[in-house]
Amino acid sequence: MDRLQMRAMLWDMLRARAFEEAAAQGYAQGQIAGFLHLYPGEEAVAVGVLHAAEPGDYVVSTYREHVHALVRGIPAREIMAELQGKITGISKGMGGSMHLFDASRRFLGGYAIVGETFPIALGAAYAVAYRRLPEAVICFFGDGAVNQGTFHESLNMAALWKLPILFICENNHYQIGTEIHRHSAVTEVYKRACGYGIPAEKVDGMDVLAVHAAARKALERVRSGDGPQFLELETYRYRGHSMADPASYRPNVELNAYQANDPIAAAIHEAESAYPSPEAMAAAGADCISHFSDHCCQEGHLDEAEITRLRQEVQTEVDDAVRFAQQSAEPDMQDAWSIFHHNRRYEVLMETAQ
Amino acid sequence: MNELFYWQALNRAMDAEMAADESVITLGEDVGLYGGTYRVTEGLMAKYGEWRVRDTPISENSFTGLGVGAAMLGLRPVVEIMTINFALFATDAIINMAAKIPFMSGGQFPMPLTIRMPGGIARQLGAQHSQRLEHTLMNVPGLRIAVPATPQDAYWQLRQAIHSDDALIVLEHELLYFTKDHVDEAAVAPPIHQALLRRQGRDITCIAYSRMVMLALEAADILAKEGIAMTVIDLRSLAPIDWDTCVQSVQQTHHCLIVEEDCRFAGAGAELSATLQERCFYFLDRPIQRVAGLDIPTPFNGKLEAASIPRTADIITAARQMLGTQGGQS
Ligand SMILES: Cc1ncc(C[n+]2csc(CCOP(=O)(O)OP(=O)(O)O)c2C)c(N)n1
Ligand SMILES: [Mg+2]
Repeated sequence: MDRLQMRAMLWDMLRARAFEEAAAQGYAQGQIAGFLHLYPGEEAVAVGVLHAAEPGDYVVSTYREHVHALVRGIPAREIMAELQGKITGISKGMGGSMHLFDASRRFLGGYAIVGETFPIALGAAYAVAYRRLPEAVICFFGDGAVNQGTFHESLNMAALWKLPILFICENNHYQIGTEIHRHSAVTEVYKRACGYGIPAEKVDGMDVLAVHAAARKALERVRSGDGPQFLELETYRYRGHSMADPASYRPNVELNAYQANDPIAAAIHEAESAYPSPEAMAAAGADCISHFSDHCCQEGHLDEAEITRLRQEVQTEVDDAVRFAQQSAEPDMQDAWSIFHHNRRYEVLMETAQ
Repeated sequence: MNELFYWQALNRAMDAEMAADESVITLGEDVGLYGGTYRVTEGLMAKYGEWRVRDTPISENSFTGLGVGAAMLGLRPVVEIMTINFALFATDAIINMAAKIPFMSGGQFPMPLTIRMPGGIARQLGAQHSQRLEHTLMNVPGLRIAVPATPQDAYWQLRQAIHSDDALIVLEHELLYFTKDHVDEAAVAPPIHQALLRRQGRDITCIAYSRMVMLALEAADILAKEGIAMTVIDLRSLAPIDWDTCVQSVQQTHHCLIVEEDCRFAGAGAELSATLQERCFYFLDRPIQRVAGLDIPTPFNGKLEAASIPRTADIITAARQMLGTQGGQS
């Protein structure tokens, strides 16, 4: 892998972390309300997979999708504005944190009902296959989602009709407070895909290079007409399920073990606020980001000075996004009705006439 | 008497029923170790063990269906669905199974199943997490639906639901879990489907349920200062509906205002309005009015969200207009 590509991946991981920490701060300060599900710890998954994707591919994601959207190219400004419910948000303030959509970047949405990403991806892939296009549909979901009926129904149809889907299981071992061995009879998720004849493998989701290599290979197969492929990426979320969840069900040693993949204290500076505490992070050591930045330095691609520059760059971008969101206007009811217009023309006319 | 949060009242009810009857079990996502998303099942797993308090995978249709099957063998399952939005995955179990089996079997299989779930709009949870689906369930014959608005009713109605041999849905509200009020665990409960007069006034009858009862009571306080005396009926049940209590009151006040958080179109208010005008037509001074949610998916933006459901001020305005004290033509 060349230097530029490595730099780009590290840049995205750093901006992902910075963005999510800014969102956490915005939540703590009351600028963001509702459910806020953050991604710190899992950056290598979104970055590795989406850097292997083509602009022509489609992405379907869950409620934990800010980083997928960001890496896909949706401007930080428009994501942050959506989190704040502003009219300048990517979904015009109507969707919120869990429902980012961007038709132009083929981002088919964040879905908040667990198990919905499967049929959406299935339908998108059906349309692609029907038109005989060399495009792929990337379907993200968590370890908890594989027990929804839609998972099994969709995997069967995808395999049956050889649809171009790359299934990406972000296995962070938890379905809110329920650990995987308490929610799944078979905890090696990729084995379930094998049951439907879908090529599947388990990859270290804390290692962005491994994720990237596996995703690239799988996407090549998808695009060449081999049908659906499946990757289980083992990862971990450092925070609670959402900002409302103190995650007291997880032992500290577990959190520490995941954060201490590698002996560097770099992640410390990134993760602040509610959970875990900066002290806990400091005690823990490094994570997927510092793991990768180390690697880049060792390979001679980057040096400390450049990494510091990258950090400053992404922080500037995120600060700008927050400012932009704060200064943006809120939508008014007319904005809401006009979106709805094509759906319920008659009622809309009646309402707006009042 | 005890001051309890709504969630605590539900927790006490669960505990009382589980202690009294070994056939009572509960299941749902994070009801066990975590203690329930809204704390309703807190402490129960430690006390009753995992066969009676079961953490489930995210498999709403099948674990609700499990409740149905277990009820056919005489258990009294209390299925918790984390929010009503996820119950849409379980509508087959609820509507095709629970509501139909007692009837289709010619009465051989009663359905002592309770389904608990919160509905309603909380705060900026987005369109998929802000639904009020009572209208979807109300018109399914074979389902009974309780809508407790107070901790006392939450306590009573959950216990009564568990005793019931019919499929019974206890529809809670996300914004009510952390409201607090007196609960008398020893008091004798009124029938589960009986409506209650929360406040009596001669000028107008306001019919509401769940969280809207609180708004109606607030509105009644303010209207009282203007000399308008409003009766507030807390419906407490959407299936069946206690028509007699409503009819009696409307016959006395000659004005009927219905408040619902759900969308107006084909909602509970539409049913109430249609039936009450059939039964009270000659007593009414003015057409029955509804204050309801807008027929639009809930916008994420906080201001728009708030504007999409009834506020206290909307109830006050509607009452004034009906009585011709402002803007009306009495
Ligand atoms: C159908 C449905 N049931 C329940 C929920 C509540 N819920 C939201 S996220 C979640 C856990 C999902 O876990 P997982 O799929 O592992 O994803 P993660 O949050 O760990 O990324 C649950 C139970 C939901 N949103 N939709
Ligand atoms: Mg998970």
